[in-house]
Amino acid sequence: MLGVELTLFIIIGAIAILAAVMMLVSENAVHSALFLILNFACVAFFYLMLNAPFLAMIQVTVYAGAIMVLFLFVIMMLDINLTPLKEGFIRYLPAGIAVAALMALELLAVVWAKGAFGTEAFPIPPPHPGDYSNTKAVGELLFNNYLLAFETAGVILLVAIIAAIALTLRQRTGAKRQNPALQVRVRRDERVRLVKMDSEPRQGS
Amino acid sequence: MLTLAHFLSLGAILFCLSVAGIFLNRKNVIILLMSIELMLLAVNMNFVAFSRFLGNLDGQVFVFFILTVAAAEAAIGLAILVVLFRNRNTINVAELDDLKG
Repeated sequence: MLGVELTLFIIIGAIAILAAVMMLVSENAVHSALFLILNFACVAFFYLMLNAPFLAMIQVTVYAGAIMVLFLFVIMMLDINLTPLKEGFIRYLPAGIAVAALMALELLAVVWAKGAFGTEAFPIPPPHPGDYSNTKAVGELLFNNYLLAFETAGVILLVAIIAAIALTLRQRTGAKRQNPALQVRVRRDERVRLVKMDSEPRQGS
Repeated sequence: MLTLAHFLSLGAILFCLSVAGIFLNRKNVIILLMSIELMLLAVNMNFVAFSRFLGNLDGQVFVFFILTVAAAEAAIGLAILVVLFRNRNTINVAELDDLKG
């Protein structure tokens, strides 16, 4: 008789693996992205099982919510002809499966080596007290021990924003654009011209 | 009873699937980027599992940073993809051979 935890693990794990496989073999890139979102949701569930609720929510909002929506935007904006993109799939299938199976065998052999990662070496930790907050604990660690790394992460994101904008910004010829620098620098005598003229004689006299 | 080995196995299988994806999808850059995301996810899973079974939260902080880098990588990768499509009108990896000697 399997425990509830193990049963859930097997079911959700099977869904996660199935979603990953479907992402690889699906013909349509939109379907691939949606299967990847399903996979991310399954992994968020595992984070919850591993007592990391903060990361589970981050996983759903950042990965499934932000990154995959970005992917979907790009897929739908680019008019990609899908049929030739699958050429060679069959040709590389044996090599891909062979390499993946070999890697999986090696990794699983290490993981399931006798006593390496079992309950003897890594016993199940005791449950946390009722008022334990994972978010608070992670936050305290992040803003004390890892403050410099946290700031660096912010700089990395800034660089990513600037790079993405600089790459995709294009100067189209013929489009009318404002140049704020020129607008600010403008002088009075470039816009206003004073004309000296004699006053006109009165009408009708 | 769930042990560390269960979670490590799942992470290993997801990682191998993403390696297979990089092998198979030689035509579509978008699927390649998604495979890389899946790879980082598998690594994250190992970090969280070890963090739980060692009773040490540092692993979860690391996952946070990996997430940041993954987001930056996806944003820049997709920007490059858009520029590539604008210039070449294709995202077929096999046709991107300008640097070939």
